[in-house]
Amino acid sequence: MNNVLQIVWLIPFLPLLGFLINGLGRKQLSKTLSGIIGSGVILISFVISLWVFFNVKGGNTHVAHYFNFIDVNAIKIGFDFQIDQLSALFLLIITGVGLLIHVYSTSYMHEEDSKDFAKYFSFLNLFVFSMLLLVMGANYVIMFIGWEGVGLCSYLLIGYWFKNTSFNNAAKKAFIMNRIGDLGFLLAVFWLIKKLGTADYHTAFDIIVNHKAATFTPVDVTGITILLFIGATGKSAQIPLYTWLPDAMAGPTPVSALIHAATMVTAGIYMIARSNVLYSANGAEISRNIIAVIGLATALLAASIALKQNDIKKVLAYSTVSQLGFMFIALGCGNYTAAVFHVMTHAFFKALLFLGSGSVIHAMGGEQDITKMGGLNRYLRITQITFLIGCLAIAGCPPFSGFFSKDAILVGAFENNKVLWVLAVFAAMMTAYYMFRLYFLTFSGKFRGTHDQEHHLHESPTAMTLPLIILAILAVIGGFVGVPHILNGHNEIATFLQPVIPIHENANPLSSSTEYGLMIGTTVAMFIAGLLAYLQHRNYVAKENKGLGKVLANKWYIDELYQSIIVKPIQSIAAFLNNVVEKKGIDGFVNGVGKAVNYGSRQARLLQSGHVGNYVLLMVIGILILFIVQLFLK
Amino acid sequence: MGLTQILFWLLTAMAIGSALMVITRKNPVHSVLYLIVVFFAISGHYILMNAQFLAVVNIIVYAGAIMVLFLFVVMLMNLNANAEPQKNKLLQFAGIISGGGLFLVLVAALVKAKEVNGAMEMQSGNYGLVKNLGNVLNNDYEMPFEISSVLFLSAMIGAVVISKKEKEQ
Amino acid sequence: MEIKYYIGLAVALFCIGIIGVLTRRNAIIIFMCIEVMLNAVNLLLVAFSKMHAAAPVGKSMPSVVSDAQIFVFFIMVVAAAEVAVGLAIIVMMYRNVHSVDVNFLNRLKN
Repeated sequence: MNNVLQIVWLIPFLPLLGFLINGLGRKQLSKTLSGIIGSGVILISFVISLWVFFNVKGGNTHVAHYFNFIDVNAIKIGFDFQIDQLSALFLLIITGVGLLIHVYSTSYMHEEDSKDFAKYFSFLNLFVFSMLLLVMGANYVIMFIGWEGVGLCSYLLIGYWFKNTSFNNAAKKAFIMNRIGDLGFLLAVFWLIKKLGTADYHTAFDIIVNHKAATFTPVDVTGITILLFIGATGKSAQIPLYTWLPDAMAGPTPVSALIHAATMVTAGIYMIARSNVLYSANGAEISRNIIAVIGLATALLAASIALKQNDIKKVLAYSTVSQLGFMFIALGCGNYTAAVFHVMTHAFFKALLFLGSGSVIHAMGGEQDITKMGGLNRYLRITQITFLIGCLAIAGCPPFSGFFSKDAILVGAFENNKVLWVLAVFAAMMTAYYMFRLYFLTFSGKFRGTHDQEHHLHESPTAMTLPLIILAILAVIGGFVGVPHILNGHNEIATFLQPVIPIHENANPLSSSTEYGLMIGTTVAMFIAGLLAYLQHRNYVAKENKGLGKVLANKWYIDELYQSIIVKPIQSIAAFLNNVVEKKGIDGFVNGVGKAVNYGSRQARLLQSGHVGNYVLLMVIGILILFIVQLFLK
Repeated sequence: MGLTQILFWLLTAMAIGSALMVITRKNPVHSVLYLIVVFFAISGHYILMNAQFLAVVNIIVYAGAIMVLFLFVVMLMNLNANAEPQKNKLLQFAGIISGGGLFLVLVAALVKAKEVNGAMEMQSGNYGLVKNLGNVLNNDYEMPFEISSVLFLSAMIGAVVISKKEKEQ
Repeated sequence: MEIKYYIGLAVALFCIGIIGVLTRRNAIIIFMCIEVMLNAVNLLLVAFSKMHAAAPVGKSMPSVVSDAQIFVFFIMVVAAAEVAVGLAIIVMMYRNVHSVDVNFLNRLKN
C-alpha cells in the first residue's frame, strides 16, 4: 500500500518532465527523440496507472499528502492526491488514450519542423500533466489548478499553427469561454470554503452527509451546485458556452481527439461526478433539473447542427457536444455512474473517430470536406473498418460499448421524466443518422475529389493505424464492464465506483419487461435512423440547403447572435474607452503636461526679447517683489 | 510755518512737478529743460540744508556741463516731437504700475519703520561749507580724488575712441 | 524738518525716475531719467548727513557728516564720466541706425 503512495506522484510528474525536456530542448532534439520522450513518459505513467488501478480494485484507497499549498489563518489547503476508484478509472482513460494519441501524433505530425514537433509534444505532455492533476487532486483547489492548466494547453494546442489568424481566434475563443465558466467554478469553491471551512473532498463530503454543519443550508447547496455547473458548461461545452468547441477543430487532429473528445471536455463530468454528494444533497434538485434540461437542449441542438455539416471534423465536434449533453442528462437524473461509464466509452469511440478522420485527412492531403470525398473504402481499408466500428459504437448498436452506456443513460432518463426520455431518444436517433451520413459520404459511393487527390490516396502508416485498431477493439469490448443486470451482467463499473458514487436504489425500479422494451425500442430506432442515412447518402448529390437545412448548416446562427449581443457591445465599449478615455483623456493629460511645459517655455522665452527696456522692467518688478517679501512678509 | 518749511515745500513741489514733466513731455528738448529745473530745485534743497559746496557743484557740473551735453546731442540728432515713437501701451502701463508699486512699497515700509529722532540740523552746522569739505577732501580723501581724475581721463579717451568714425576700407 | 519728509521726497523722485526709464523709448530721455534717480539718491544722502549731525551717532563720529557729502561729490564725478561715455555710445548708435529708438537694440535676443 505504501508503495502506491511512493510512486503515485510519478504519474503526473513524468509528463511534466517530458514537457520540460521537450520544451526546453526543442531546438536540439531530433523528431524521433522528442517523439520517444513525449510518448515514453506517457507510457510509463500508463503502466503506473495500471498498477494503481489494480491496487485500488483490490479495495485500497489512498490520500497522498505532499505539502501545505495554502496555509493561511483559517484555511488549510494541502497539495494532496486522492487515489480512489473514480480517479483511478480516469487515470487509466487519460494515460491510456493519451498514449495511443501520442503514438499516433508521431506519424501524423511528421511533416512539421523538428522544433515545432518538439513544441507539440511538450504542450501535449503539459496537457496530460494538467489533466492528471485535475483528476488526482484531493480538493477543489488542486482540481482547479489542473482545470486552468488544461484550459491553457487547449489554447496553446488549438493555436499550434499560430501563423494563421483564424486559428488564433479560435484558440482565444476557447480560452475566453473557458474562463467565463471558470468564474462560476471559483465562486462555488469560495462559497464552499466559506461555509464549510474546507475545500477537501473527504472532509467536505463528510460534513454534508453527516449534517455536521448547521450553517450549510439547502440554499447553499443550490448555489454551489449551480455555480459548479456553470464551470462545467464552459469546460464541457454546454449551452451557452459551447461555440468554442467546433472552432477548436482548427488545431491538429490528434489534439482534437485527445482534448476535445476524450479528456478535457470530460473534466466537467468528472467534477460533477466527484461532487455527487453535493448534487444529491438537500436543495440540489433544482440544479439537477437545470443540468438535465441544459444537457438535453445541448444534445438536441448540437445533433441538429451536425446533420448538415460538411467538414468531417466539425461533424465530430458537434457530435462531441451532443454526447456531452447526454452525459449531463445522466448527471441531471442523478445517474452519475452512467455518466462516467459513457465518458469511458465515449473516450474510446470518439478518439477512434477523430483519429480515423485524421487518417482520412492525411490520405486526402489535407482535404476535410466530405462532399469531396467518397469511395475511400477501396483505399483506406483499416481506416474504414475502424471508422465503421466507431460509428456503430456511437450510434448505440449492440453489442458495442456505446449501446450499454447510452442505454444506461436512457433508462435513467426514463425513470426521471418520460418527456426527457423521448427527446433523448430523438437526439440519439439524430446521432445515428448523422454519423452514418458521415460514414457513407466519406467511404461509399464514387470518389468526388480531384485527380491529384485520388493519386495521393493511401493507407496511413502503422503508427497511425495501430492506435486505430486498439481503440476499435476497446470500442467493441469496452461496454462489457457495464452490462446491466437484466442482461445477466453484473454492472461491474457501478460496483467498482460504489465507494465514491453510492448507488441509489430506486424507489420503484422499472420492471424487467419495461427495461427490455426500452432497450429494444431504442435499438430499433437507431437502426431506422441508420438505414435512412444509408438510403439518402449512398450516392451523394450536391444540393443547396434551403429553409431549415440552411439554418442547421449555419449552426442556428448562434455564433452570429453571440457576436451581435455580446462581442459587438463589448468591442464598442472597448473602442470608446480606447478612443475617449485612453487617447483623449489619459493620453491627452500626459501629452497635455508636455504641451503645457512646451507652451510655458515658449512664453518664458519671450522674456528674452532682447529689449533692454523689458529687462529693466523685470528688474524693477523683481526689486518690488523682494521689497514686499522682505518688508512685509517676513 | 517757518520760512524753512515754506521753502522746503515750494522746492519739493518744483522738483516733483518738473520731474513729472521730464518723463511725460514728448519733445526731448522740453524734457531736457525741465530736467535743468529739477536740478535747480535739488540745489535749492542743498542750500536749505547748508550744504553749500554740493549745491554749487550740482549747478556747475550737472546743470551746467551734463545738461549742456545732453542738449548738444539732442540738437545734433534733430529730434522733435513727431519723431518720438510711443512705446507699446501695455508696456507703458506695466512700467507705470511697477514704478508706482515700488513707490507705495517704499512708503509703506517707511511708515512701518521704527521711529527715529529725525530732526535735522537745517540751516545750521558748518559741515557743508566749502572750507570744511575742501579740508576733508584733500586730507582724508586725497586718493579717491586723484583717482577720479584718472577716471575722467579714461572716460574721455573712451568717448573719443567710441565716436571715432570707422576708416573706410 | 523731520527726516521723513526728505525720505518721502527722495523716494518719490526715484520712482518717477524709474517710471521714466520704463516708459520712454527715446534713449536720451531714458538717460536723463537715470540722472533724476541719481539726484534723488544724492539728496537723500545729504539729508541723512544732516540728520546724523544732530543725532547721537553724528556727535560721536563727526566725520560721518562730511563723509556723506564727499560721497555725494564722488557720485557726481562718476555720473559725469558715465554721461560722457553714454552719450558717445548713443551718438554711435544714431550714426549706425539713424534712430535713437531703444527698441532697435534687440541684439540680445535669443
